[in-house]
Amino acid sequence: MQLTGADIVVRCLQDEGIEFLFGYPGGAALHIYDALYKQDQVKHILVRHEQGATHAADGYARATGKPGVVLVTSGPGVTNTITGIATAYMDSIPMVVLTAQVPSHLIGDDAFQEVDTVGITRPCVKHNFLVGDVDSLADTLKKAFYIASSGRPGPVVVDIPKDITANLAEYAYPESVDMRSYQPRTRGHSKQVKRGVDLLLSAKKPIVYTGGGAVLGDAEDVLQKMVNMLGYPSTSTLMGLGAIPASNETFLGMLGMHGTYESNMAMHDCDVMFAVGARFDDRVTGELSKFSPNARIVQIDIDPSSIGKNVGVEVPIVGDCKEVLEQMVQLLEPRIDEIDRGEVNKWWEQINRWKSIDSLAYKTNDEKIVPQLVVERLGEITNGEAYVCSDVGQHQMWAAQYYAFEKPRRWINSGGLGTMGFGLPSAMGVQLAYPDSTVICITGDASIQMCIQELSCCLQYGLPIKVINLNNQYMGMVRQWQEFFYDRRYSHSYMDALPDFVKLAESYGHIGMRVQEPSKLDATLEEAFALTDRLVFVDVITDPTVNVYPMIAGGKGHNEMHLAPGQEEVKERELA
Amino acid sequence: MRRIISVLLENEAGALSRVAGLFSARGYNIESLTVAPTDDPSLSRMTIVTSGTDNIIEQITKQLNKLVDVVKLIDLTEGQHIERELMLVKVVAAGNEQREEVKRLVDIFRGRIIDVTESTYTLEMTGNGDKVDAFVQALSQVEIIEVVRSGVSGIGRGKRALSA
Repeated sequence: MQLTGADIVVRCLQDEGIEFLFGYPGGAALHIYDALYKQDQVKHILVRHEQGATHAADGYARATGKPGVVLVTSGPGVTNTITGIATAYMDSIPMVVLTAQVPSHLIGDDAFQEVDTVGITRPCVKHNFLVGDVDSLADTLKKAFYIASSGRPGPVVVDIPKDITANLAEYAYPESVDMRSYQPRTRGHSKQVKRGVDLLLSAKKPIVYTGGGAVLGDAEDVLQKMVNMLGYPSTSTLMGLGAIPASNETFLGMLGMHGTYESNMAMHDCDVMFAVGARFDDRVTGELSKFSPNARIVQIDIDPSSIGKNVGVEVPIVGDCKEVLEQMVQLLEPRIDEIDRGEVNKWWEQINRWKSIDSLAYKTNDEKIVPQLVVERLGEITNGEAYVCSDVGQHQMWAAQYYAFEKPRRWINSGGLGTMGFGLPSAMGVQLAYPDSTVICITGDASIQMCIQELSCCLQYGLPIKVINLNNQYMGMVRQWQEFFYDRRYSHSYMDALPDFVKLAESYGHIGMRVQEPSKLDATLEEAFALTDRLVFVDVITDPTVNVYPMIAGGKGHNEMHLAPGQEEVKERELA
Repeated sequence: MRRIISVLLENEAGALSRVAGLFSARGYNIESLTVAPTDDPSLSRMTIVTSGTDNIIEQITKQLNKLVDVVKLIDLTEGQHIERELMLVKVVAAGNEQREEVKRLVDIFRGRIIDVTESTYTLEMTGNGDKVDAFVQALSQVEIIEVVRSGVSGIGRGKRALSA
């Protein structure tokens, strides 16, 4: 039987097993919306702005590992998705974005709501397609899902002209895809794997440095097995948090610009570095010329272009983190006694001295709530097992530093692009995927206002997200940099005329709470989390002068960290 | 260092812009870029002349390989290879003396005169980049009206080949 292109789109989504479609209708997408109306297998989630759709799909994908799917109309529908697509691209998140396009015969005519979608999205997608005829529609969608989810994942855009959604074709969803130009490799080259194992076993001052690839590749079990077996210190990038539980004995905390002192010192002084699905981003390495001068590096990455891009690598291993780690564990097990435990123990002694400085220590007071305490309390209330979606800025760093993630895929944040406005919509995608789990959105007074309209979407679908607004009345991270590097000239970083967030939440139909006194923090949080079936917006008024520490400033190396006020003295005492 | 990279890619709309976009987005040099379908009409072959440090060239080949439309590529400059570029030059050729001089130069460089008017010659020249450059140099005494260069095409010597 022949189906219309619109029906084919919907059938493809059904056959792909898609649960949720995040979207917003418009002229060119109307045939597809009509086809959606006639079924209830794929649930459409109506966002309030297309950026929200992409972040929600992105959050869903990060939490579940399955591709997030978006449907928008042509023109402004597409341009509004660009931030979300770029966010997903930078963090390698599987996503398929279906964009309606003006009818084929109008393309290139400057038609109403026309943009060159393929052109405008090209630099921020893994791949994109403009569907040329209805007969290729199902094949194209199958390819889109395959490309988005395999290899190094990423967003794929499929642009579908309106006439094609009306045209008829026989429907058959392909079972598999074979593309001569795209064949990602997952298994590590056995010779390289052996060389990697040899180098790891020879280490005296090793460090295991894991990244987002370990989470995306679902490598947590074998990764934990490996670090436990090796007994080597481990650290993680912002994107990799949770793959090794915060409570694991080998784990030194996050590394990089706002990482722990011990992580960064260990990175700097190590003799062998084992990078697992991490890409040596500038926020991780600090000044490249000062980066880990004596390290011999083994790196696993599924994307060859991530290997040796910023830092020279002695043993590159192209492959899927999980598969390669399994190969390595097999070789390691019988040879584990080759490790020079005496040397490694000495290395641990050194690391423990760095650790004793307690670089994440912070001071509380009776007057004002300090934000680190809020995050630490959230971690305790939820046992480190909630889904934590964050926006971008100081609160993001505090969430990463203090939440203590015990599981992967629980930490949902825009690491690569640093997209303010990501937090709330991404939490919607997570809460839809896991309706019975606790989902927290840790945000700030600046970030939350960038996609606050999605509070309306949250009400429509009854999403009981807990929004924790660390309200310091500033773009805190901007303010911090202006304090440190611009002689306290706080140029346009003060958020004057903030809304009353409690009333705002209430007007959207949710529960709003405000807490200002440290003594009432616990009770307020407990009350909020007890309301398991409602979205609660907690406006936490925090001390605006608090900065994120420790910190590696621009141009500095890992061994040149700036510690919190007071901690420098602790460092001198402990390391004397 | 100057490199010649040959790329086989799907002959699809937009494939060229993916390559061009990659070079501009990442700030890589393009000295020349040529592309046309091969004997298999579903494939195009592109020759890119670029330059950069070894690290940059390694990134260029990796990033190109990452493009979903790219089937295969080879850095021709890693082995023995042949490169050719086609140039068309229109020059003023008015008096007898001038016409003789141009014809002599064309013969020396084994080019051809492919169009003649009372006042102009149009010349065709094929060779590697150095030869084509040298020919333009040699024409320094002649008034050049326009120069059209195709950009370099390259192929490996011997059995070395790039095929899908």
